[in-house]
Amino acid sequence: MSSATPPRDLLRFATAGSVDDGKSTLVGRLLYDTKSVLADQIEAVQRASVDKGLSTPDLSLLVDGLRAEREQGITIDVAYRYFSTPAREFVLADTPGHVQYTRNTVTGASTAELAVLLVDARHGVVEQTRRHATVLALLRVPRLVLAINKIDLVEFDEGLLRAIEKDFAGLARSLGFADDAVQTIPLSALEGDNVVERSAKTPWYEGPTLLGHLESVPVVGPEAAAPFRLPVQYVIRPRSSTDGRSADASRWGPLHDYRGYAGRVASGTVRPGDPVTVLPEGRSTTVTHVDTADGPLDSAGAGRSITVRLADDIDLSRGDVIVATDSQPTVTSEIEATLCWLGDTPLRPNARLLLKHGTRTTQVLVGVPQARIDTETLTEVDAETLALNDIGRVTLRTADPLPVDDYADIRATGSFLLIDPPSGNTLAAGLVGNPLSIITRG
Amino acid sequence: MTLALDALDALESESIHIFREVAGEFDRPVILFSGGKDSTLLVHLAVKAFAPAPVPFPLLHVDTGHNFDEVIDFRDSIVERLGLRLEVAKVQDYLDDGRLVERADGTRNPLQTQPLLDAIVENRYDAVFGGGRRDEERARAKERIMSLRDAFGRWDPRKQRPELWDLYNGRHAPGEHVRVFPISNWTELDVWRYIQREQIELPSIYYSHEREVYQRDGMWLAEGPWGGPRGGETLRRLSVRYRTVGDGSCTGAVESTATTLDEIIAEVTASRLTERGATRADDRLSEAAMEDRKREGYF
Repeated sequence: MSSATPPRDLLRFATAGSVDDGKSTLVGRLLYDTKSVLADQIEAVQRASVDKGLSTPDLSLLVDGLRAEREQGITIDVAYRYFSTPAREFVLADTPGHVQYTRNTVTGASTAELAVLLVDARHGVVEQTRRHATVLALLRVPRLVLAINKIDLVEFDEGLLRAIEKDFAGLARSLGFADDAVQTIPLSALEGDNVVERSAKTPWYEGPTLLGHLESVPVVGPEAAAPFRLPVQYVIRPRSSTDGRSADASRWGPLHDYRGYAGRVASGTVRPGDPVTVLPEGRSTTVTHVDTADGPLDSAGAGRSITVRLADDIDLSRGDVIVATDSQPTVTSEIEATLCWLGDTPLRPNARLLLKHGTRTTQVLVGVPQARIDTETLTEVDAETLALNDIGRVTLRTADPLPVDDYADIRATGSFLLIDPPSGNTLAAGLVGNPLSIITRG
Repeated sequence: MTLALDALDALESESIHIFREVAGEFDRPVILFSGGKDSTLLVHLAVKAFAPAPVPFPLLHVDTGHNFDEVIDFRDSIVERLGLRLEVAKVQDYLDDGRLVERADGTRNPLQTQPLLDAIVENRYDAVFGGGRRDEERARAKERIMSLRDAFGRWDPRKQRPELWDLYNGRHAPGEHVRVFPISNWTELDVWRYIQREQIELPSIYYSHEREVYQRDGMWLAEGPWGGPRGGETLRRLSVRYRTVGDGSCTGAVESTATTLDEIIAEVTASRLTERGATRADDRLSEAAMEDRKREGYF
């Protein structure tokens, strides 16, 4: 096992920024400077750059993958990028800034433990920055980096950059971010200053480089410390002793008696002996085994796919949620929620849609919006409907009661999708409660 | 203090979650299985997702007819060992009865699309697992984990559903299906590190061996019924291995002396070429070769 790399963890992060903030260039720079771009990719970029009449390679061509993107010089859709250093592996959701910015930012932010928000040093915090920051706050991305890009174009002026930092700190605070969750980094994606290599031109800056920060920031999200939740995906029942010949049969005991509930731990930790309750029915029992294909575990934390066995024979199926008995979600069919509207057609009054929460899909009646968030003024305004990129608050009535947590407390059991029954399209990202309660009525 | 999951554990858990979602929500899923390393990894993860019960899906191989014998033998041994059902859709059948014609360049990879789509329709598969990874290629970087295909099997990158949290929306109309990519977020190096950790068996051609090869377009192609060497191309006996396994006519070998997983991992870590750039002629056809094939229903 000599060349096996030592265990390292994985950070999922997202980038957001307006058009022309140089986001694709920054991502290209991160990939290039971490040697994650290989020779054939660089050659392709160099060829394409020459074809476009450019004198230096356009690093944004590394990330704009679709024909239409290269032809139009824009990024259309969220792209996922991968790179690693000896310290950590990274999954980067690169979200485009202009069209459908909410749709893309919400998508990228939903799985991110950190977001890098770009601003142009010449323009500072602009309306688009406020919108993106609002979406990132709403989605409860645990950490933010404000990347002040193009500092080479403002002569590395400390005063100017400090002013942008201060301006943004005020915004972040008003959106509910703790001061220590935000890191400001002055950088030049084009020249490489403070991206991977520390810049000699910013001696006044004592913070980390962007990569240094990404490598050292804690990965463990708030889900780890939250109460245990396990949405049941599938019931594993081998049915006969000849089944499962791929697995080591002796490990499992008599297979015809085996009945396990498979799922991915949404939050908290589970151990054999833990008292749990199955929702929505509400029957309580005890966990006897936490199984994986590699054998039983003493405990399993958020993010891990497991199969649990329970002490009592309970009628339990996909869609049910196994939760910590001493800290349970609310089981309700009337849900106050915040919606990010992602559909091309607006919300119809009293729309009957499908709601997917965890592993359960049920019918839902969506009430008239109570308010829409004006992301420019960060206030709530009256709304009759919600259209693409709008964020608003509604009351939902579901056909089946659902065990829900406030999104602000547990993201996995506080989130849902609204789906259009005829087309099957995803119309909205839903968050239980009001994660931006800090915003007041305008 | 809770420690974060190791990257490989995190990726494994994500893939298992995806397999279980599909098992819970679809009627007739199938795993595309060629015997290559990525689809072998898929099957390994599927076994882990449902243990101690068997994998609740059959396998489907779209066979170009330009095969490496070692890979077909390996494919059959896996199917036998796991007790799974294997369907084979053969490009050769389509060539024999004229539904497809051989391309001028002899490459059969693009010819796989029609037999694949026909097999999906005939067997009424509603979810098709593939071993595609987003780090492979630029168009694949924009692919969803669960990706809707219309009745013609087409991918429209501008009409993709947003994919949020780990809530996958696989709703589809009759005749439509979804492609599912459980190892979307794995890199080539992750795959090799995991194969090493889990001691997953692979076809022997992934390891260094002696082979008669000839050079075309900067790649080492193996001698075979797919045409070659042609005039001016000469056979040489070299120590090579394969980084990807596809249609024999367009899959190149790389010169290598790596005979163990340690050596392969060291080689992949040091490589200055992507696996597709180094070994796949089908992706060199144009800047958007993969995107164009995906739009037509390729995996």
